[in-house]
Amino acid sequence: MTTDDRSWRRDREGLGVWNGRGKTAFAGWGMSPIDRRWDGVSMDRTLGEFCKIAAKNALDDAGLTPADVDGLFMCPDNMAGANSGISANWGPTRPYFAAPYDSEDGLTIVTNKWILANWPELNAKGNIKFAPDAVPAIGEGLGFTAQAVADGKCEVGLYIYTANNLDGRYRRGGSFAAPKAPGPSQWNNPWGANVIDLQLNTTFALTQYCQYYGTNWDDLMYPIVMTEHTNGLMNDWGFYTTNGASHLNREEYINSRPITTPAHIWDYDRPVNAAGAFVITTAARAKDMKQKPVYILNHNQGSGGAARSSSVTLDEYETFQRRVARMVYEGAGLEAKDIDIFNPYDGFSSFLPFSLEAFGWHGVGKGEATAFVNGDISVHGPHPYLSGGGNLGNGRTRTAMYIDSIEQLRGTAGKRQVTVKAETAICAFAPALSAAYLLLGTDPMS
Amino acid sequence: MPYIVPEPDAVSKPFWDAVQEKRLIVQNCTACNTMQYPPRPRCQECNSEALDWKETSGKGHILTFGILEDSHLPVRAADQPLNLAVVTLDDDPRINFYSNLPGTPVRQAVVGGAVEVTFEECPDGSLIHEWRMI
Ligand SMILES: [Zn+2]
Repeated sequence: MTTDDRSWRRDREGLGVWNGRGKTAFAGWGMSPIDRRWDGVSMDRTLGEFCKIAAKNALDDAGLTPADVDGLFMCPDNMAGANSGISANWGPTRPYFAAPYDSEDGLTIVTNKWILANWPELNAKGNIKFAPDAVPAIGEGLGFTAQAVADGKCEVGLYIYTANNLDGRYRRGGSFAAPKAPGPSQWNNPWGANVIDLQLNTTFALTQYCQYYGTNWDDLMYPIVMTEHTNGLMNDWGFYTTNGASHLNREEYINSRPITTPAHIWDYDRPVNAAGAFVITTAARAKDMKQKPVYILNHNQGSGGAARSSSVTLDEYETFQRRVARMVYEGAGLEAKDIDIFNPYDGFSSFLPFSLEAFGWHGVGKGEATAFVNGDISVHGPHPYLSGGGNLGNGRTRTAMYIDSIEQLRGTAGKRQVTVKAETAICAFAPALSAAYLLLGTDPMS
Repeated sequence: MPYIVPEPDAVSKPFWDAVQEKRLIVQNCTACNTMQYPPRPRCQECNSEALDWKETSGKGHILTFGILEDSHLPVRAADQPLNLAVVTLDDDPRINFYSNLPGTPVRQAVVGGAVEVTFEECPDGSLIHEWRMI
């Protein structure tokens, strides 16, 4: 099993129940501090340092030491850059520093090689036996890690994910600044339709939704966005908790800076600089560990589908999201009525009505999201939607969905602990029509 | 408007050549008689490579629209706020095009409004297909 080999991926319907269902579990999670941006000079706040902090916190949470880890799953991607991904090309050439900070690696990206070279305790006993390169981003990467543990590649897998943000603006350079549109971009960039950035297709799917179902953006989205900010403030690690609350309200939301009208700035998650880490181990080992095990019942990757023409239509979007939901349920052998905690991905708020209705969480059907979210979706009410606060409520770490699901199922979510049953959870970093979901449970169901 | 200039490739060259003659053509599968846009090497419906080109009516309707106010594409950001509409083709509404709706002030586009094809000049003098409200 390598990251080049794609056979580990569960990326289509008809695969049946996952053969690893209930055989692995989350045993720990940890976060670094969250900065709005890396300032380019503070060596104690580089992503390399943040990875070590997050990993140590995850191991502490699991009651483990670095010597217990035998699988290292370091995602070397970075999300911010000129196009996305290459921070070195973002702005002016960065001054580098003495080793180990003499390249991007350790500053704004982190590879497994950097971690192993610069955190000697992690492999002090030669304990790391599996450390693949090119581990995917957190949505697919946690599934990859779970599959590796289920397949016996390692017994204690440490997955680390970084979010980077530097001075300047995200994704305004490179090919995005080019006066020409080659390849697939020739069909959208000429008109300013930058669909590589997923927000636009989903924005247009949601404007079609509002027209078709007779609702409007602000009535639908404000209760969702506000709930996320409220729930995020109940995380002690989130960006707004540690850097100051947003003080969002309906007036502020509606009048906030327009991006792609009708979407406002608060419909987009705030880029941050941080690292998160998770420990996944075997069900057998998890049973006797510090924390109550949270079993992984399914993982998925791939996509629900692609638009037939230039822009995705409402019908396509709904159809593809339902395919995603069927894949997620199929692999776990569960149905919508079985799901207690629902933390889908919210990098852009516009993803959320579609995932809610396609997964049918708490019985919400097509066109019913507006009524649902204008009811009681508070974390202590009957429908604790997005109990973790997601990216919108915590900053773009892409970890809140997982952390909250783990904590709710452990019963350790503190101020966020739901008052309804919390035995199963769906969580994701799955932009637009991505199928990168996890389904978790307190019962291994094996 | 300073459109970003499309770069034709082997599959799309006949399409862009026709646009330079102010004609809007789309691919048509001779195996299953299905039209498609953007052009692809194979038919999306039946996977055939037997793709021909077909003239369109040049008539369409606005499916939806937004207003670009803070685009990630700095070249187009100069025009903000900018209409960005999705226009369906009357010949087969499963086909849709992006459009800046030249001639329509922002916030005055109408969902369901009728449009017809027009051809606008790019900064390099080449033409690009666009849509005008009628
Ligand atoms: Zn065909």
